[in-house]
Amino acid sequence: MSWKLILEIAKALMLARIKQTLVAAVGVLFSISMFIALLGFMNGLNSLLDGMILNRTPHIRFYNEIKPNPNQPIQLSSEFGPDLNSIRSVKPSTSRLAIHNSRSIIQQLEQDPRVLGVSPKLAAQVFFNVGTLDLNSNINGIDGFKESQLFGFEEYVIEGRVEDLDQLNTIILGKGVADRMMAKLGDVIQVTTAQGNRIQLKVVGAFQSGLGDFDKTNSYASLATVQKMLGQPASYFTDIQVKLHDFNQAPLLAKELGTIFEVEADDIQTVNAQFETGSEVRNIISYAVGITLLVVAGFGIYNILNMMIYEKLDSIAILKAIGFSPKDVNRIFTSIAILIGLVGSSLGLVVGYLLGLLIDHIPFETDALPTITTYPIDYNPKFYLIGGVFGLLTTYLAGFFPARKASSVDPVEIIRGK
Amino acid sequence: MTANPVLEAKSISKYFYNASTTQVLDQVSIQINRGEFVSIMGKSGCGKSTLLYILSTMDTDYEGQLWLDGALVTGKDPAYLSQLRNEKIGFVFQFHYLLNEFTVLENVMIPALKLARHSRVEIAERAMEKLQIFDMQDHAHKKPNQLSGGQKQRVSIARALINDPLLIMGDEPTGNLDHKNSALVFDKFKELTQELGQTLLIVTHDQEFAKATDRTIEMEDGKVVGKVSSR
Repeated sequence: MSWKLILEIAKALMLARIKQTLVAAVGVLFSISMFIALLGFMNGLNSLLDGMILNRTPHIRFYNEIKPNPNQPIQLSSEFGPDLNSIRSVKPSTSRLAIHNSRSIIQQLEQDPRVLGVSPKLAAQVFFNVGTLDLNSNINGIDGFKESQLFGFEEYVIEGRVEDLDQLNTIILGKGVADRMMAKLGDVIQVTTAQGNRIQLKVVGAFQSGLGDFDKTNSYASLATVQKMLGQPASYFTDIQVKLHDFNQAPLLAKELGTIFEVEADDIQTVNAQFETGSEVRNIISYAVGITLLVVAGFGIYNILNMMIYEKLDSIAILKAIGFSPKDVNRIFTSIAILIGLVGSSLGLVVGYLLGLLIDHIPFETDALPTITTYPIDYNPKFYLIGGVFGLLTTYLAGFFPARKASSVDPVEIIRGK
Repeated sequence: MTANPVLEAKSISKYFYNASTTQVLDQVSIQINRGEFVSIMGKSGCGKSTLLYILSTMDTDYEGQLWLDGALVTGKDPAYLSQLRNEKIGFVFQFHYLLNEFTVLENVMIPALKLARHSRVEIAERAMEKLQIFDMQDHAHKKPNQLSGGQKQRVSIARALINDPLLIMGDEPTGNLDHKNSALVFDKFKELTQELGQTLLIVTHDQEFAKATDRTIEMEDGKVVGKVSSR
């Protein structure tokens, strides 16, 4: 049996009911394009919001926690030994905040195939001296190049250049800090460390992370600058930040490496669990809405096919009488459904893409997000694939039952009933 | 001529199950030979149409045996029966039954396209020839709803002929036509048997029509009551 003839008959039936056919195809088109636009928009926003936090957060962070020594001297004493000892008023030990053996840890991490990159950090508590006022602040000593590469630091620097940090005694201020100090590019500010060291730093930039509180209390300088401020050697780091190839491995690796290096290790999932949940819920909602649209379009096709079959009972009877098998008739109506689906879905994908482009050009400016000027859209081909497959699937299912009904039409009943 | 009859029905019975069981056909046995022009005649409700639909293989719910061209048809699956109808049986119905979505020519071509024994171009040529027999070639590219009832019926006979069927069946093919058109259709049937040796089986309640055929099978209350040769 030639498909050509079946398609020809399907085409003729559709042309005879061109209006309804078009309405059905437009229904599919509409739902697919909305599906694509919705998912693209939702995911664009998702990755934007996630990016605000997650991209800037290391997948694993190694640091020394200030806590009481778990091995108190009493346990070493043979007099008390393994008994249950109760000690009151235990204080945290005076062990330093810096990570021991930081050089070799970094070296080892850089050789690990699962690790994308390593960036050491040194956090210091300082006071900015503005006239008679002392503003409390954190200075983060970073490697500007690595920080930009791994955590997109560059994107948040709204004034000045990250490279200028490489000069000693320079600083990039948080926008909130800069505003409070009325500091401009090129100004020299005075900083006092917690240890009492005084140092002059030149302002070479300002950054805006989108999190106001963070910008009010944080500034960035090079590692060397901060080490010098604190009077510490070049291997003095308080944090080692790691970015992995696959961030889902973070919890596992954090545990493994934390034990090996004998330092605290936090993974991104534990620290930022709420963001994951948020994106997931938004994703589920957009898929649910998209699929609902498709199902509604599917019902449209179902209705139109059912109506067509009811109207064309005579034609179906005559086709059967002249030698079309039930299977052939089934194929005719399934082809109609799939043709409607194909045309509707492919146009829907195109229109969805255009809708995405349109949204992509709507201005969206907010102080919190300096790098964003228009609404974000995610053009992930995955959505187009899912949209296309679902479009065809729903239309096929919508055509399945009407086609089965058509194939079971008894020609004798129709011809005799006339 | 071969010994095989074109069509042979052996004690066919059929019941309608509608609240109570009614027997519509009672042990009907008939035989149609090659080249014969046979009519089945009887009053409304005598079961003649029911018999025709069983003989046409479209109705499979019956008792007894049906042989077509020396092969048993009873109990075969629907796909096989469809193929058989396409190849060996041509149909003419009371109410024309052309597909309005297609042109006259395409209507005639469809059974042949389905059979796919010839190329599309050949089929179109053959369809034109068949239309010429009925003087309908000038209407080939019209849609059926632009034709008169008699014209439609002539087209549907042309369609019945397209695959050179073993047998053409008609259910009151002239029942819906005026006298002039019905005479025209009858003459064409006659021509087909005489000139092309076409086997025809026509159900009618028109005495005049029946009388003019080679053989009339008369039915009453689901039984064959007599085989009258009109000539």
